[in-house]
Amino acid sequence: MKVRYFGDSSLLVETEDATVAQGLRAELLAEAIPGLRELVPGFRSLLVTADPLVTDLEALAQRLQRRGPPKFSLPVPRQHEFTVSYDGEDLAPLARRLGMEADDLIRRHTAPIYTVAFLGFAPGFPYLTGLDPALHAPRRASPRLRVPAGSVAIADEFCGIYPQATPGGWQLLGHTQAPLFDPGREHPALLAPGDRVRFRAVR
Amino acid sequence: MITVIDAGPLSTVQDLGRQSYGNLGLPRAGAADGMSLRVANRLVGNADEAAALEMTVRGAALRFETGTAVALAGARTEATLDGEPVPMYQSLLVRAGATLRIGRITEGWRTYLAVAGGIGVPPVLGSRSSDTLSGLGPAPLVAGNRLPVAPFNLAEGFYLRSPPRFPQEVRLRVLPGPHDEWFTENALQTLVGTSCRVSAQSDRSGLRLEGMALPRARQEELSSAGMTVGAIQVTGGGLPIVLLPNHGSTGGYPVIATVISADIPMLGQLGPGNSIRFTLVTRDAALKALRERERRLQQDIVGADAGLLAARALMMLAGRHPSLKQAVMDDGKRRLRIRRGD
Repeated sequence: MKVRYFGDSSLLVETEDATVAQGLRAELLAEAIPGLRELVPGFRSLLVTADPLVTDLEALAQRLQRRGPPKFSLPVPRQHEFTVSYDGEDLAPLARRLGMEADDLIRRHTAPIYTVAFLGFAPGFPYLTGLDPALHAPRRASPRLRVPAGSVAIADEFCGIYPQATPGGWQLLGHTQAPLFDPGREHPALLAPGDRVRFRAVR
Repeated sequence: MITVIDAGPLSTVQDLGRQSYGNLGLPRAGAADGMSLRVANRLVGNADEAAALEMTVRGAALRFETGTAVALAGARTEATLDGEPVPMYQSLLVRAGATLRIGRITEGWRTYLAVAGGIGVPPVLGSRSSDTLSGLGPAPLVAGNRLPVAPFNLAEGFYLRSPPRFPQEVRLRVLPGPHDEWFTENALQTLVGTSCRVSAQSDRSGLRLEGMALPRARQEELSSAGMTVGAIQVTGGGLPIVLLPNHGSTGGYPVIATVISADIPMLGQLGPGNSIRFTLVTRDAALKALRERERRLQQDIVGADAGLLAARALMMLAGRHPSLKQAVMDDGKRRLRIRRGD
């Protein structure tokens, strides 16, 4: 695996895909590496952060470079269905831009079964793969300072859901009431990597 | 309890942040200048990770319903305790009923107030920090808030030798990468050869920099990857953003260089009006600087033993002598200053 140095405390391990990144995270957690602080899986990477005064990052980097793909497999995926009011601010302009009717955009967005690739950006925010290529669109040129909680949005090849009101640059299609993140629950994030998600339109 | 009389423009509870929840998408949050938080905590005998107040632009006004010990560290400001000026960077004894007013910040960007025993708001996922990106943890302070504090338990007082300065122009040391190939060859030279300014569009998530464009060789975005504090991300338009502790856990902009750990606390003391010059260093130099910083922290916090113990005894007496308003160590010179009320 290709390993890049990221500052003096982190390594960015490039992985084939999100599942390998999750598997590598599980394997490294099990090794209980002294000084290890954080393991953050991305779409095709795992960020490894450690205390550089405790962990020899160069030795760790070499060890990771030589390492084969993880043998760990993700737990059995759960299925989720979220009802969505397709009332997002970007729905109509985006449909025009993509040369389709808003109803066509909604139909294409509700058709696939999405997969959670990883959770990133903000607490419980899922990066979902499986978006219809006809809906791939860049993020907005200038991000919004505040995207409402529950917003269902798309950017590039991903679909995402904003669990909290945060700044954000994705194209807003609608909103859902699903409780995506609750710090009081045993598992604060509703979704886990590998889970399957479907959207159902409500009027 | 502490009652917030005036919260100031942006005052939040911060500790060292939420560690090891990045896989759930949590920003780490925590003090923007973690070193000043640690100094303030050590000055009142707390563990480094105790929760304190982080105040931006101007400080808060606080009434202490509980007698305790406090310390101010970080950005320079003037503070008064019941109207009398009190110094930063040393333990101060505060009597029940006293009012601490922390003024405008004159040098640096964020001032920290530590309270003996820490601020006891309930932790959320292992931290008492306000996550200013997602709203997790306690909300920013507003007038009327009451902050739980533990009963006074300072056995010994401390002061800091040679407090840090926060100049207008700073040098920050960086290591190149990790996304070198996203940039043209001279982009890194521009980064380290040009001075840039901190934009007003900066917050606890990141500092936006002006006056420097870093040409990208590849326009496509990175596939979203875990990010770290100190990363210098470059937008499609070539504008650099340096990540602060409340950055989103992952990001899609390539990172041209990363500020070394020893210089990361300084990022929290920068705001509009500051200018930055980046310099390249080696990994060995980065680790040496980090070791040196930790060694100095150990060395420079000095016990103000005898004076503070006497002050503590006086504070206890103060319960029976309400005319005694204040007892503080004077500038760390092992002199005790006692003021009486009217």
